[in-house]
Amino acid sequence: MGWVVFLIFKVMKILCTLLLAMSLLWSCNQGKKRESVTAEVSKEPIAQVPSYDFPQLESAYFSPDTGKVVVLNFWATWCKPCVKELPAFEELHRKYADSGVEVVLVSLDFPEKLERQVLPFIEKNNLESKVVLLDDPNANDWIPKVSESWSGAIPATVFIKGDKKHFYEQSFTFEALEEELKKIL
Amino acid sequence: MKKSVLFLLLIISGGLLLSSFQENENLYGYSIGDEATDFKLKNVDGTMVSLSNYKEAKGFIVIFTCNTCPYAVASEDRIIALDQEFKEKGFPVIAINPNNPEVQPADTFQKMQEKAKEKKFTFPYLYDESHSLYKTYGAAKTPHVYLLQKEQGKYRVKYIGAIDDNVRNANAVKERFLANAVNELLQGKEVSVKETKAIGCSVKV
Repeated sequence: MGWVVFLIFKVMKILCTLLLAMSLLWSCNQGKKRESVTAEVSKEPIAQVPSYDFPQLESAYFSPDTGKVVVLNFWATWCKPCVKELPAFEELHRKYADSGVEVVLVSLDFPEKLERQVLPFIEKNNLESKVVLLDDPNANDWIPKVSESWSGAIPATVFIKGDKKHFYEQSFTFEALEEELKKIL
Repeated sequence: MKKSVLFLLLIISGGLLLSSFQENENLYGYSIGDEATDFKLKNVDGTMVSLSNYKEAKGFIVIFTCNTCPYAVASEDRIIALDQEFKEKGFPVIAINPNNPEVQPADTFQKMQEKAKEKKFTFPYLYDESHSLYKTYGAAKTPHVYLLQKEQGKYRVKYIGAIDDNVRNANAVKERFLANAVNELLQGKEVSVKETKAIGCSVKV
């Protein structure tokens, strides 16, 4: 029974990917064919940003598979120091994605700003790392679950591997990120 | 004689050691029960404001906040409402902007004045020109609340954290952490929820 469900999920996933790829191709072709509507077409958000509450975020990323490392960065488009350090996380993603390191950019933008602010931001900056929106207002409950030492200020970053969790309420350069990654690897 | 001199030296050095420990503690900001320092900061109306100006106050709602942070902006109306609710009862709001306008250009003193006028702030909105008071208090972000109560001429920290449990949406608030804490103090009770967490913008210095 379990494998049937699994199979269905797999097929659905492939279908979704195909559909996304097709729609991407389509929108690109449309842009080429009709120069005049390019602006209109590019308004359609290509980026996919799932919206999670904290329990969903926790089950998705807080217990990575054996050998894997998850790097969660809490940020927002309006947070200057967060935006400044994003290239470092992008570089980490590019360099270590193949080594089992998953960089997840957890946006704390207000949910009503997702379409008009977050998605355009992702496209404009060509973000390649996974972006999710954390839509969970009850911060007093979930902030201590990320780390007891977190005041709630962003940017903040947590490295997770197995039972190990390293938390930092600070800004990072790529070199500093790499150093912390090596500590937990 | 020699012995007593030695003993005296020991006490003095011990005292020095203790006081240096206390200084170190301050680097990490206040904990519940700590004595908070008074200050003298420039208000948007040009006057200088200190806690000691408020002879009648039973305590203070000290809020580190700023012009720009979306979480601070989302809290503005609630801060005004808190001042209106508690000023008469002896706990006025004192708002302090810790940000350095060189880092956050929209947080200049002039922009603070505009904000206070536009929103008709009923409380002082102070500019921490030296950008040091937030460190003494341990405020890491805006908004960040410190509830102080006067006890024998000292200002004791009774609550640290968030205004309520939903910064984004005032209509969806279930627990008013700060208001509950002030009400408990007014009733002569101990504050039941002493520390809470909320998302905020890091202090920009």
